[in-house]
Amino acid sequence: MIEVSNLTKRYAGRTAVSDISFAVARGEIVGLLGPNGAGKSTTMRILSCFMPATSGTARVAGFDVFHQSVEVRRRIGYMPENNPLYPEMRVREYLKFRARLKGLGWRRSRERVTTVMEQFGLSDVGRRIIGQLSKGYRQRVGLADALVHEPELIILDEPTIGLDPHQIRTVRQLIKSLAGKHTVLISTHILPEAEMMCSRMLIMFGGKIVAADTPDNLQRLMAGGSQIIAEIAVPAEALRAAFESLAEVEQFDVSPCDGEFFRCALTPRDGLDLRPVIFALARDRGWVVRELTRSRHSLEDIYVQITQPDEEENE
Amino acid sequence: MKIFWTLLRRELSAFFLSITGYVIIAAVTLLVGLSFVVLIAGLGNDPFTAQVTEMFYGTFYFWLILLLVTPVITMRLFALEKASGTFETLMTTPVSDIQAVAAKFAAAIIFYMVTWLPMLACLFIVRHFTNQPGALDAGTVGGMYLGIFLTGCLFLSLGCFASAISQSQMAAAMISFVLGVSLFSLGFLAKSIPVTAQWQTQALSYFSLFDQMGDFARGVVDTRTVIFYAGATFFFLFLTLRVVESRRWK
Repeated sequence: MIEVSNLTKRYAGRTAVSDISFAVARGEIVGLLGPNGAGKSTTMRILSCFMPATSGTARVAGFDVFHQSVEVRRRIGYMPENNPLYPEMRVREYLKFRARLKGLGWRRSRERVTTVMEQFGLSDVGRRIIGQLSKGYRQRVGLADALVHEPELIILDEPTIGLDPHQIRTVRQLIKSLAGKHTVLISTHILPEAEMMCSRMLIMFGGKIVAADTPDNLQRLMAGGSQIIAEIAVPAEALRAAFESLAEVEQFDVSPCDGEFFRCALTPRDGLDLRPVIFALARDRGWVVRELTRSRHSLEDIYVQITQPDEEENE
Repeated sequence: MKIFWTLLRRELSAFFLSITGYVIIAAVTLLVGLSFVVLIAGLGNDPFTAQVTEMFYGTFYFWLILLLVTPVITMRLFALEKASGTFETLMTTPVSDIQAVAAKFAAAIIFYMVTWLPMLACLFIVRHFTNQPGALDAGTVGGMYLGIFLTGCLFLSLGCFASAISQSQMAAAMISFVLGVSLFSLGFLAKSIPVTAQWQTQALSYFSLFDQMGDFARGVVDTRTVIFYAGATFFFLFLTLRVVESRRWK
């Protein structure tokens, strides 16, 4: 559905997107993740034909975004950052206007507007003026607009920004419900959001794609070196001696916990799972163990790790 | 074409859905009314030979309306869309740049002509009370409105251009006001140049909007003038189009 190859966008003196390549298959929901200024919005603007790339090509549904821009624009529903709308128009009037702009006929646009208004729970506010709606409703109007012409590809730039948790949940559910029928590209800098909605994530940083995989794979990628946490009621010296004798343990850290328990953080050699080893050890020595877990690196850690701005370099 | 009409409808409704539209209409009506008062006072004094329409344009109110109102009409067109971000949603639909510019300009000129309608009522009042149909024939009124239309086209195309190059409505209004006043003053320059400087006078006289409007108000339609206005309008609309397109090669 989307094929991007070697895409670069330079503004005067600044490179916003630098030589990125990726592909999105039909029906996928792909999250474009990254901190602010990573180049997400620029990538989306190029894909939606609002601005051209400095070099490289991007194709949507087989059409080039620069040379066959009208064909591309017919096939996409784009909601820019901050969801700009005409505040003086009424909801239904606005959606109808947008549907007509996107080339739907008179009757077809009426049908589609009714459908999307039902789909996004806007039926009750059809006659309200957009400027007077709450932010959650306005966001839904923006989403309804992106979908009104049944586009093959939906591009949403930070669709949940500025919403309250309840509204965020609603919007996420709406986006999730699009899976399969439409291809969706969402940008966000909130990680759990992408984790929940997307089948695949592209992590951008400094204009480059630094990681691209499914949320599960990204997690597994990091899990290799994951630590084991064990809380054991044995004096610290005895623990240290025992761990040192274990070949499987690369590193360990013993710190006092409440009571006679000590909290041990163990790093395995070669990505082994240390839990059975610790269990065997405790059974042999008759230790009292009250916790034995593998600390799963959350995606948040991965995200922070790869998108950590180098403070010193920037200052 | 369907897209053009859809856009035109929206642009026109934007004028009538906002308070600005009504403020503009009220201001123009007020200024036309004031010039009507001046006109009536003039009629009450001495007998005169000029056309009634000519007297209308002769009051400086006409130029005040033109110079002040056109920037206010056009300032919103592109600048507001760019400031609020709706320009992005608009240009990512299958709308071509030329359709967007044409629809916005067409909406501005239609709205501008609507603001001039109250003047028609004034003219009818004059005709009714002076009881002289000859003082106000279709030709002079037609010529007058053609003049209003053409000068309006020129000033509104200037305004479109100013709006396209600026990010805020205020900047757009100021730029188009300055451009408008400059253009208007060019005509006066012709008068200050010695008559011996033949070609300069000739060239500048094309820019003498004041004299040209005088001709229109007398019901004299000079093809050269019409071509000048149409050409200048297309020139500025073309510039506007290039500015709108510029995001593609910037």
